[in-house]
Amino acid sequence: MFHRFANPTRFLRFAAVIQPWIAAITVALIGSGLYLGLFNSPADYQQGETVRIMYVHVPSAWMALFCYSAMAGACAIALIWKHPLAELSAKATAPIGAGFTFLALVTGSLWGKPMWGTWWVWDARLTSMLVLLFLYLGYMALNNAFDDPARGAKSSSILALVGFVNVPIIKFSVDWWNTLHQPASVVKMTGPAIHASMLTPLLLMGVGFTTYYLWVMLIRIRYEVTANKIRTLQRRQAATGESQA
Amino acid sequence: MNGFLQIVRRDLHLAMRQGMDSLMVVAFFVIAVVLFPFGVGPESSILARIAPGVIWVAALLSSMLSLERLFQADYEDGSLELLALQPVALEITVMAKVTVHWLTTGLPLIVAAPLLAVLMNLPDDGFVPLMIALALGTPALSLIGTIGAALILGSRRGGILLSLLVLPLYIPVLIFGVSAVDAVIGGFSARPQLLILSGLLVAALPLCPWAGAAAVRQGIE
Repeated sequence: MFHRFANPTRFLRFAAVIQPWIAAITVALIGSGLYLGLFNSPADYQQGETVRIMYVHVPSAWMALFCYSAMAGACAIALIWKHPLAELSAKATAPIGAGFTFLALVTGSLWGKPMWGTWWVWDARLTSMLVLLFLYLGYMALNNAFDDPARGAKSSSILALVGFVNVPIIKFSVDWWNTLHQPASVVKMTGPAIHASMLTPLLLMGVGFTTYYLWVMLIRIRYEVTANKIRTLQRRQAATGESQA
Repeated sequence: MNGFLQIVRRDLHLAMRQGMDSLMVVAFFVIAVVLFPFGVGPESSILARIAPGVIWVAALLSSMLSLERLFQADYEDGSLELLALQPVALEITVMAKVTVHWLTTGLPLIVAAPLLAVLMNLPDDGFVPLMIALALGTPALSLIGTIGAALILGSRRGGILLSLLVLPLYIPVLIFGVSAVDAVIGGFSARPQLLILSGLLVAALPLCPWAGAAAVRQGIE
């Protein structure tokens, strides 16, 4: 499986087949999750209707960490096995992850204003999420900073692995430092501390965001492969043009 | 070990001969801190409150400013490739570069810090923890920054890119460096913060030269 898809053509064929299915699953999951979350789940006894922000905020925060872990994993694979698709998928993941991080910060801020009375606090989790956003931006900037895309991919892979130290810090920040942000209530040793009527739409949205990520990543990888082909063709054309002239 | 010392000696010679680099870093450090009393007003209680943070942020920025030159000169004239070819592990070479960077920037910063602390009206209790925290923190800054300096070799707009890569990774050192000083001024022990700073340094010591060497290899490939 792993080495089978080292061949971009084979991967593209496979991607073209599964992409519409993933798109359909994503629309169904996010659609049903949004319906259940916005219209068919109880308002919180303390937070009222604002609790519905959770159905976007929590999955995007999960995805922010998930995307970075996936990116770091892909970068490790790219550095160790020189797997051509690993580099492309890491590059494709970065903007999606940055988008999810940004979404988590913005929805958190919108949720914080009515609940905590402030848009922003310098809480451990908020701060470490902000650092995560900078790590994504640094990765993308470094990836684009070289004339040779292969060199940019390698350098930014090292950076992604160095920045991975931040991920466990974010995950456990709410347990290590007792601050304003509440601790984890879904993934716990004692089982989720949240009622099924809220948990169902939350999990639907979580899985929906994951399939959305896969969907967009496939689109971006196909774009990257095509862009590489165009670049090669242009270079070849320029080379033959020179030799004729 | 011999190879390590020879590279340290060579780079120190180069730094002494060509120059003003180290002095410029200290000058930047002093000017950056001196800007704050103009910015927030000369009221001594406010200055005393923000002194540890201002000194740390300025130290961090000055340490970062000189990073770009760490490999750049050797990369441009090709000697970095020769350094990589010699029978000394590239990690050792990178470690030697880090040592020289700390000797030429971190150490002068530590020496200049008490003077700035006086200017910023830092309470007397804060001096010792500030010095200890800087002594533990600036080597960690040099180590972390080396990765960034190696990654940007051969890129466009290296300097500004370097700050985007390195500053997020500097944040833990900044947090614990400042809170060590604040703890002592507030009447607590700085022991936990200083232990965490030492932990960061000890973790960075083997990992950063390793990652830095990997980045240099990509750069000269």
